[in-house]
Amino acid sequence: MKLMEGKRGLIMGVANDKSIAWGIAKACHEHGAQLAFSYQNEIFHKRVAPLVESIGSQHMIPCDVTNPESLDKLFEELKKSWGSLDFVVHAIGFSDKNELRGRYVDISQENFTMSMDISVYSFTAVAQRAEKLMTNGGSLLTMTYYGSEKVMPHYNVMGVAKAALEASVRYLAADLGSKQIRVNAISAGTIKTLAASGIGDFRYILKWNELNSPLQRNVTTEDVGNSALYLLSDLGSSVTGEVLHVDSGYHVVGMKRVDAPDIDKVTGRN
Amino acid sequence: MDDIESRVRAIVVDHLGVDEEAVVHSASFIQDLGADSLDTVELVMAFEEEFEVEIKDEDAEGINTFEDAVNFIKKAQA
Repeated sequence: MKLMEGKRGLIMGVANDKSIAWGIAKACHEHGAQLAFSYQNEIFHKRVAPLVESIGSQHMIPCDVTNPESLDKLFEELKKSWGSLDFVVHAIGFSDKNELRGRYVDISQENFTMSMDISVYSFTAVAQRAEKLMTNGGSLLTMTYYGSEKVMPHYNVMGVAKAALEASVRYLAADLGSKQIRVNAISAGTIKTLAASGIGDFRYILKWNELNSPLQRNVTTEDVGNSALYLLSDLGSSVTGEVLHVDSGYHVVGMKRVDAPDIDKVTGRN
Repeated sequence: MDDIESRVRAIVVDHLGVDEEAVVHSASFIQDLGADSLDTVELVMAFEEEFEVEIKDEDAEGINTFEDAVNFIKKAQA
């Protein structure tokens, strides 16, 4: 059964083939969705173009989410080519990587404001514009991480930003519900993406999750893509305001399993 | 040619789409092989994956040429 047949969606935030947004795009494509992609600039265009071509799409539109005019143009383009829109995947976040280490308390106002603008406000800015095109209802999906709920090493201001993003999912869901526009987030487990390369000690964090999550493995972008299908398709037709954990169950764990191996022995640290 | 060298070269050739002959010891990823700023991050990620080593940001900053990469990985695996 094809779950996305007849649906048209915008995918924001593909950087390369390891991107979570690309995992979601592939799943949507396999299930019959028509896709458009936004990209930040030429550096990303070069990487995204071959991927987009590989699934037979040519729909690529540049968009700088910090620029309201650029966002307007993106949605005008979509309106011109499709008239209406069924779903948007927002997988965008940013923080100065020099502040994704050390203490959160030392953050600069400049980086705090920029991180919140790109990682939080951009989703609301997208929702404002998508609302007008979602004339038959729709589904908005953003990406978050457990560092919003609990303190994670090095995640710092991104944890604060993701908490605000999850709160905005709930407020957007309430505002847009009467138009049958659903708004949800996926809280994905740790995945080695280009964005994650900015986070210190990431290999250690990956290993920790692999050893201590209930399913005892890390998640893949394909796993996230499959769960996204549920929220983007009619399978999730009554689900809104939700933060779905796709993390091998890590969010229920209180401490390491007694029989889990000692991570220092596994990683060779001491 | 030793194994690490040929594996690093294969990654560089594949990722940057350059000829094998261009990847000489002193070849700089950015200046000689046309890498952009994201390519250098992606190359480091590819090395980490291939050789199962951790390359910290401070170390990655010192990896500018093919030779730098080979030397770092040899040291990390020693």
